[in-house]
Amino acid sequence: MPILSKEEAHAISKKVLSYSKADECEVSLNGSERGNVRYALNAVSTAGDISVMGLAVTSVYGKKAGTATIDEFDDASLERVVRRSEELAQLAPPNPEYMPMLGPQTFAESITYNANTAAITPESRAEMVAKSLSVTKEAKLTAAGFLENSTGFSSIMNSKGLFAYNKGSDVTFSVTTRNEEGTASGYAARGFTDVSKLDTFSATKVAASKALGSVGAKAIEPGKYTVILEPVAATYMLENMFRFDARSAEEGRSFLSKKGGGTRLGEQLMDEKVTIYSDPFNPELPSATWGGDGLPREKTVWIDKGVVKNLSYSRYWADKKGVKPLPGPSNIIMEGGDTSIEEMIKSTEKGILVSRLWYIRMVDPQSLLLTGLTRDGLFYIENGKIKFPIKNFRFNESPVIMLNNVEALGKPERSISVESYRSYLIPPMKVKEFTFTSLSDAV
Amino acid sequence: MRRRDFIYLSGLGAGAMLLPDLKAFGKTIDHQQLLDGGIDVKAKKELADVALNTAKSKGASYADIRIGRYLNQFIITRENKVLNVANTESFGVGIRVIVNGCWGFAAGNVVTKDGVAKTAERAVAVAKANAKVGGAPVQLAPQKGYGEVTWKTPIEKNAFEVPIKDKVDLLLNANSVAMQGGANFVNSNLFMVNEQKYFASTDGSYIDQDVHRISPGFNVTKIDSSQGSFETRRSLSSPVGMGYEYLSPLDSEKVTGVTTRYKQRYDMLEDMKAAAQQAGEKIKAKSVEPGKYDMVLDPSHLWLTIHESVGHPTELDRVLGYEANFAGTSFLTLDKWKSGNFNFGSKQVNIVADKTQVGSLGAVGYDDEGVKCKKWDLIKDGILVNYQAIRDQAHIIGLKESQGCCYSQSWQDVQFQRMPNVSLQPGKTPLSVDDMIKNVEKGIYIIGDGSFSIDQQRYNFQFGGQLFYEIKDGKIAGMLNDVAYQANTREFWNSCAQVCDEKDYRLGGAFNDGKGQPSQSSAVSHGSSTALFKGVNVINTKRKIG
Repeated sequence: MPILSKEEAHAISKKVLSYSKADECEVSLNGSERGNVRYALNAVSTAGDISVMGLAVTSVYGKKAGTATIDEFDDASLERVVRRSEELAQLAPPNPEYMPMLGPQTFAESITYNANTAAITPESRAEMVAKSLSVTKEAKLTAAGFLENSTGFSSIMNSKGLFAYNKGSDVTFSVTTRNEEGTASGYAARGFTDVSKLDTFSATKVAASKALGSVGAKAIEPGKYTVILEPVAATYMLENMFRFDARSAEEGRSFLSKKGGGTRLGEQLMDEKVTIYSDPFNPELPSATWGGDGLPREKTVWIDKGVVKNLSYSRYWADKKGVKPLPGPSNIIMEGGDTSIEEMIKSTEKGILVSRLWYIRMVDPQSLLLTGLTRDGLFYIENGKIKFPIKNFRFNESPVIMLNNVEALGKPERSISVESYRSYLIPPMKVKEFTFTSLSDAV
Repeated sequence: MRRRDFIYLSGLGAGAMLLPDLKAFGKTIDHQQLLDGGIDVKAKKELADVALNTAKSKGASYADIRIGRYLNQFIITRENKVLNVANTESFGVGIRVIVNGCWGFAAGNVVTKDGVAKTAERAVAVAKANAKVGGAPVQLAPQKGYGEVTWKTPIEKNAFEVPIKDKVDLLLNANSVAMQGGANFVNSNLFMVNEQKYFASTDGSYIDQDVHRISPGFNVTKIDSSQGSFETRRSLSSPVGMGYEYLSPLDSEKVTGVTTRYKQRYDMLEDMKAAAQQAGEKIKAKSVEPGKYDMVLDPSHLWLTIHESVGHPTELDRVLGYEANFAGTSFLTLDKWKSGNFNFGSKQVNIVADKTQVGSLGAVGYDDEGVKCKKWDLIKDGILVNYQAIRDQAHIIGLKESQGCCYSQSWQDVQFQRMPNVSLQPGKTPLSVDDMIKNVEKGIYIIGDGSFSIDQQRYNFQFGGQLFYEIKDGKIAGMLNDVAYQANTREFWNSCAQVCDEKDYRLGGAFNDGKGQPSQSSAVSHGSSTALFKGVNVINTKRKIG
């Protein structure tokens, strides 16, 4: 029974705190039930069902902190874990950056839990996979995919009176379809809080049409091209930029550091079509309303019409700089526009439609130069029409430069990054002068 | 390698990483608990028998159980501060079964007879649900039971027994060396792992193993605020399958030259001093002219190129399509192997897989499905001769037994094929690095690993590094910056002209190689001597933003 209700978590946490003798004490609880199915070569390969729950206690004397944990919940075990954390705190080196625990905070109820998703069983997972496989078997393609669901809770309570609780659920699905010759590949990924929105049949149809449309890909010369990035491609590229941290910027070691010192807060760093924010209450991509530091999370704009609007401050760094702490992004939403992908193609004289990117790594943290490759569907556009599929490219490009070159945006979609397993709401985008540096034979 | 773990471990972006999320590594515990032995072998055998008997009685034709206690210790510092000391433990069981020809897996952390029986029942239920989807039945290579056996990493000094204060002092002393040397910032860390894992299967094996690994590292930053620029230099240490003895410097384990590198013992203070100076030199170094160069690649760099361009494409599950939805497939298709004459590289290229190499990250006695570990050829005189296969794949390449490279990152993840140590064999003719450089007219000498990226079939790659030296007419002509090389795997390995002899042989490695869905992390080493590659394409990576 790893999912505790708010009342159950409160009662256990309160009992733990009653044993504390330290200056400060915090108890955190978390538990989850997760299940997954993995399939390849049109059959299930592995599958699992995992359930865990644990409790951690942090005791503090001055600036010395110690943490101990346990997975038993009888009274004697709870007292033992408190004593152990106190002993460890006495032995620990003081942390000069330690901040006193927060007092009571007001948290809005999150919208992260969904009963349909919590009710997923091994049978329902297998059925969703069977629907996906029915598409590829009929299309004579080979599918490899992954479906994972999780429901979990977490809570913290401390001796200063803070209590926070959250329960959430999530389901993600991704599928790659390849032809028998191994000359074409397509991909689709979906993520939802509510599993009833997940249609593995239609997602697999999208992947299959990408694969079937990719047969006979031709090689063209690498270079600078106008690109239309589908949301999943744009997501991979941009997620490397979403750490708007004040400290590293002020220390002079971030793309947000300014020449001569200071940060780029308030500067126009990107095209004015670009607005990026976090909002725990976005119904498509909800997040918890509090973070590990115990601070409430609210809607925060990071980039406003291309201008750097906010930088996140940890409690320590905020205190040192005399500003209000601001937690980092809990989720990321980029505002879109009203141009459909079809319209973007129609307005393109010469360009490339990019379905997905892959293996993106930082080359230079100063300019955020990234390298990576296209994958699972790359198409050449000429005079407003898709002409033919093309072979994959390696790119070397910075998301900051890319967001200066945005020509049009579409409607944001929830996309999953397979590199980080995080979800984002990102629009499709048309970008000029995107830099491809070499050809790849990979399919 | 998983990027998130990499960023976390290298201490980049320190602000946001002040208190890292340790959930991925299990729960946190106090230091004293790290030295507890965990539950004894007799109790583990009793629990294992309950699980195996329950699975069989519910219809399993095969079952295995892993009772795992995974201990980690992290020490994270910056400049003169200890940011975090964390001890974590993850304890539980994972049970894998075959029912109706299909795999099922379940895991839980209620480690009682009743708890493991229920987990076994869940694994059977998962297998039964999936068997209805259809597909070819699992075919396991035969494996004899070993009875009750044990194995332990041959360490000299258990890192968990070294007082935290000694470790903190080492890191803070190293940090102060960097700051005195002119660094603006320094992050350093120590990460120690002990896997206490017990495996039992219906084949009659009861295997108790005690596995140790350690990874020290740092990152020095030098800032030029007048230009708004910064450079970093990371440590030239390597994660290793050793105890704390790795951190006791020994002159005989040093490789001197343009900068000092390390074999089986690491000198953190010495490397830190060099790093502070070199970070400053990098800021002033000449930006590279793009074009073709002969590349002299040090083992501290080449390990990652071997990992990505040889290790991953010879994984049989990738070749067959099992990783198609995530990491991808492989250009080394079965027809190339069957031909018996596929030229992967030049004649100088001999590459072995080895799960037994002492001091390596991949070394264990038995893999996570109860197969004794071994060593075999992957590339012989440039020709592709074998892959990496586990029990349910062995029959596909005509093997009568598994190659013993099955691994799971914890009790709560299912085991699957993971890369053994994959290493380039040293050249058979005596050759030093100095003699190699003497014959290079226009080249670049790279030390340390940097940025890395490769496509999903392992053709096209791009690698950076830590230190780049220009070679002109057989001599080192000074430091370069903004260097990355792009190549095609087969062309690159066919351009391998020379490999230095065994005196230069060293291991590098990845502490967190990512693969699978859900993604799992694995530790693996790659050895080589310095090697020369002719006519490689080099790009300039300098850009301006804003």
